[in-house]
This record gives sequence, C-alpha cells and structure tokens, in this order.
Amino acid sequence: MRWIWIDKFVEFKSGETAVAVKNVTLAEEHLHDHFPGFAVMPECLMIEGMAQTAGILVGEARSFEQKVILAKIKKAVFFDYVRPGDTLHIHAEIESIAEEAAGTTGRITCGDKLIAEIDLMFSHIDQNLAGKEFPEENFVFTDTFKSLLQGSVFQAGKG
Amino acid sequence: MTMSRDEIFGQVQEVLVDALGIDDDEVSEEATLMGDLGAESIDFLDIVFRLEKTFGIKIPREELFPAETLMNNPEFVNNGKLTEKGLAELRDKMSHTDISAFESDPDVNKLGDLFTVRMIVNFVQSKLEAA
Repeated sequence: MRWIWIDKFVEFKSGETAVAVKNVTLAEEHLHDHFPGFAVMPECLMIEGMAQTAGILVGEARSFEQKVILAKIKKAVFFDYVRPGDTLHIHAEIESIAEEAAGTTGRITCGDKLIAEIDLMFSHIDQNLAGKEFPEENFVFTDTFKSLLQGSVFQAGKG
Repeated sequence: MTMSRDEIFGQVQEVLVDALGIDDDEVSEEATLMGDLGAESIDFLDIVFRLEKTFGIKIPREELFPAETLMNNPEFVNNGKLTEKGLAELRDKMSHTDISAFESDPDVNKLGDLFTVRMIVNFVQSKLEAA
C-alpha cells in the first residue's frame, strides 16, 4: 500500500486547484523524537504533504495516465511551527502544465495562520527522459492509491 | 509593447536567478546554462515555464532547447557527432543563435555549450518581435 500523508481533499477543481487536510497527531511516532519535549512537525513532511496534494492534482489533470514524479522544490519557506493537534490546510494550484512537466504553487495554513509557501515541479517521466525505460504500469498512481482518493475527491465536488 | 534588449536581459536574468538559485552577477550573456550556471534537465522546463509567464509568450520546449529531440534521432547523430542532417536541423531550430564554432567540431557533448544566456535573450527577442 502507498504511504498516504494527507487525510482528505476538501476542494478539488480539476486541472486548477486543490485543498487537502492533514491532521497532525501525537500518535505519529516521529514527533516523539522531533523533538523530545517539544513536538513539531518536520518541515520536510510539510513538503511531502504538498507533493501529494499537488501531485494528485497534476496526475488527475491528465486522467492519471502519466507517471508524475516530484522533480524540483522551487521554493519552500516556513513561517511557523506545526504542533500535534493542528489541522493543516494544504492549498495547491497548477501554475503551468505541459506534456513533459507541471509547475505548482502552494500554501499551507493552520486556521488563519500562514505556515508555509511551497512551489514544486513535477515531471511526467515517460515524456521527459527519452530513451529511458520505466515499468509499464503506473507505479505512482496505483489502483489502491486511486480508489483511496476517489471517495474524497468525489465528496469534495470535483470539477 | 516593445522591450529593449537590456530590458529583456534584465528579466531573463531574474528568471535564471529564481530558477537556478544563483546570484545576479553570475548571469552574464556568455554564461552557459549547464556548465556555468549548473542547470539540470528539469531546470530547462522550469526556465521555459517562467519565461512564458514573464514575457506572456508560448514556448514549445523543443524550440528553445532542441538538444533532446536531436540526440534521440539516429539520422542526426552518428558516432557521438552531429551529422550534416543533424547540423542542418540544428541551424534551422536555432536560427536565433550563431552555431558556427560548434559546426567545426559537432561533438554532442559540446551541444550543451550552445545553451547560453545570450541564446535565451535572442530567442525571447525574436519571439516578442514576431508577436
């Protein structure tokens, strides 16, 4: 099964924008070590949340036919700590999309507070690394992954 | 709206500074994108997207950076060098750039040296004039 780091989508506008929710809980074991006595969400995991939110947005824009790989972190600026019990809203927007790749911009918020600004680039690897062969099946968007998403995307009112 | 070459250079410079995380003064007209500025393949797409946005133009990727399409065609590449046909194709695709130095030794490994800041400025200028 795929590692899913976002809980659900609350908005999904195909090919344009998506908002996902991530609830942070002290049941996540890494928070016990990061840091002992002062649990804060690692910033790299905020990037992961954005990569999943924006990556699914980019994948859906091409009907999950492309293998969408995180290729570049264009910008990642963090403004505040995220603590256990916080509910994050991860807002992603497609800025550009072409045959080979897509660029996204995004913000993470907690209530009214801006937590992070994260801009990413994704590669459609089959279109991009000409001559290199990848497995035929779409190992990014597996059926399990898609079916897990279908429900939440549907509820969020796709389109 | 007409932009002077200096204005175009200024904006291209800003695009490259943002896309590659480099300093203003590293972006001279002669600088090569890969050798001097450390661009990797995904950066070329990032640069294309940013140029489209900055200048409000549409850039088919193979038009600005035709290297990949050339390299993957056996008619154009033989024994690590561009064939006559390949060179003709390159001249055609890169009409905005002087490739005469490359033509004397068309080693594909040197293809990257053709992609300079000046080439981007020339390309944008020709696009804006055509618009």
